[in-house]
Amino acid sequence: MNKAKVKKYLIDTWLTIRFPILAIILGLFVGALAMIWVGIQDGMTFSETLMQPVNGYRALFVSVFGSAYGFGESLVYAVPLMLTGLSIAFAFRCGLFNIGAEGQYIAGSFAAAYVGFTFSHLPTPLQLLLAIIAGGLAGGLWAAFAGWLKAKRGVHEVITTIMMNHIAFYVYNFLVSDVFKAQNYQGSHAINPDIRLPRFEIFAPSRAHYGIFIALLAAIIVYIILWKTKIGFEVRAVGLKATAANYAGIDVAKKFVIAMFISGILSGLAGGAHLLGTMRRAPSLGSFPNYGFDGIAVALIGQNHPVGVVLASLLFAFMKRGAPIMQAQAGIAKEVVSIVQASIIFFVAADQIVKWFFRRKTKKSAKIEVTMNE
Amino acid sequence: MNRIAFISLFAMTFRLAAPLLLAGLGAIFSEKSGVINIAIEGIMTIGAFFALVVTYATQNPWLGLLAALISGVAISALHAVVSIKFEANQVVSGVAINILAAGLTAFLLNVFYGHGGQSPAIQTAWQLPRWFSFLREIPLIGPIIGGHNPLVYFAFAMVPVTSFILFKTSLGLRLRAVGEHPRAADTLGVNVYKMRYFGVLMSGALGGLAGAILTIGEGTVFLEGMVAGRGFIAIAAIIFGKWMPLGTMLACLLFGLTSGLQIVFQVVNITAVKPQILATLPYVLTILALAGFVGKSEGPAASGEPYRKEGH
Repeated sequence: MNKAKVKKYLIDTWLTIRFPILAIILGLFVGALAMIWVGIQDGMTFSETLMQPVNGYRALFVSVFGSAYGFGESLVYAVPLMLTGLSIAFAFRCGLFNIGAEGQYIAGSFAAAYVGFTFSHLPTPLQLLLAIIAGGLAGGLWAAFAGWLKAKRGVHEVITTIMMNHIAFYVYNFLVSDVFKAQNYQGSHAINPDIRLPRFEIFAPSRAHYGIFIALLAAIIVYIILWKTKIGFEVRAVGLKATAANYAGIDVAKKFVIAMFISGILSGLAGGAHLLGTMRRAPSLGSFPNYGFDGIAVALIGQNHPVGVVLASLLFAFMKRGAPIMQAQAGIAKEVVSIVQASIIFFVAADQIVKWFFRRKTKKSAKIEVTMNE
Repeated sequence: MNRIAFISLFAMTFRLAAPLLLAGLGAIFSEKSGVINIAIEGIMTIGAFFALVVTYATQNPWLGLLAALISGVAISALHAVVSIKFEANQVVSGVAINILAAGLTAFLLNVFYGHGGQSPAIQTAWQLPRWFSFLREIPLIGPIIGGHNPLVYFAFAMVPVTSFILFKTSLGLRLRAVGEHPRAADTLGVNVYKMRYFGVLMSGALGGLAGAILTIGEGTVFLEGMVAGRGFIAIAAIIFGKWMPLGTMLACLLFGLTSGLQIVFQVVNITAVKPQILATLPYVLTILALAGFVGKSEGPAASGEPYRKEGH
């Protein structure tokens, strides 16, 4: 590769990542303001108040990077976030907003658990493989239904997937706390303990498990599908301009179904991998696990690119791991992290805010130049 | 089931439908103007929270109501600015508001009361008053329609009001025009941005009040996650009601009835129908309605598309 090419590549990369990076910085800044406000409320001195954000973010940082255990714990959250992020990014590439990752995640975790407590007579590796496949397939089919409704009936996928999230939630709870309920437990029968995903010894005693390999492998596969295969090319073509893709002879309706199916597989894997890595049974849910919704933010920050998604999911995983520690050590309510995350989404989604700011600046300087020339 | 169970079921239907209806009517304004508002859930959360906080501090539920209104408008203003002025994806902005509302209220619980999860309780004397209690003397329907909090009556009164505004006033005409074909409306001198701001802020005002029903109307505390999907059911109700106020009301009553049935079945110990399956009904019906199996449901044409004036 020659120098000019490398330079162009670096510039392109920078142009893509500068908005998410700026959004992350702005988001952390909003979080810092919230922490300062807590300090004022608690009647701290001026210098103590100013130190609040430093203490808060330091506690968060140390909780992740201060020990192998802490880092391992954050990897636990990275697995589902990476997969749901990839899931939503893939759908986005086809111009679809899969807000149903939450429901597909739930479907995936039940399917994996079902295989885990039902087919225990199978050889262990086979049962594990089957559980993972079942998780992905359940999520995929759950999502493909929304894709099919869009393709055949023209129903907007945002609404159907929101509705299907809630259906998945209630049906799941019906299954694990009624049909397959274990006695004396809030949840399903116990999964065959032998098929739980192996854990990393170096991060012991954390729960970090081999699910991270599934997630990273998925990122590579998503990259290959999107940029190295015909289907991926067609999916991206539909995402850029569905009408144009249609004229070019691409079966748009079919791509909607396929893209949702693949997207759903990834979210289903998220549910399956998290369950097989960390749980003994499928627990009954009091509220949504939220990995699907957080995945939207991860995909946005990662600019719908597998590499970006992997990095963004790690960032969110660190925050998820660090939040309770920050509350315990720096006395800052852990929900400040939600505020940071919501702010980041706002700033990424409304990149016009940043562009608007730059535009005003350039307009101003243009004006100044004009007056100077006169 | 005996008669008392039936009467309490229908009374409950009214009470449970009211927050859905109020939030749904608000969302109609937003949707009709062309701005998707899946932030209703978050708006209700914020309204519920500030209604309680102010009522707890002042012992006056009417000030709590005002706080719910203002906070609802404030958080929806964020959605409006981000999605109208800065042309962000409206669904993404909605998701962000929902995350923000959940995080912010939980965060403020800690700041105000020093612990998360749940606010301190207001005394029942500080709740919104019960209106039309004298109606309860009427046999059969009396206990169903009498003695609810004012917001319940307000919600149902807003149905004809919303219909009137949308279909009998020039404001409503302009609002709908902006949601169907913003470019054409703009050409005719309608201020697209202004209309859309109005639509979104209305959804914030009514959504905030809808949240207040949960805390100072029916309950005495704010619990984290207490809105529990009602904002999304409200959206389902709009779709099922084909974006019409009356249709939305009927949908809300139906969904209120299904929630009421869940409670009644548990009380009288009917186990043949599982509560979780009953709970899926609003969502299943909405999908069927959208797919055209229960009468085709279609929203405003320009819904979800940011508008940019020519030459900008």
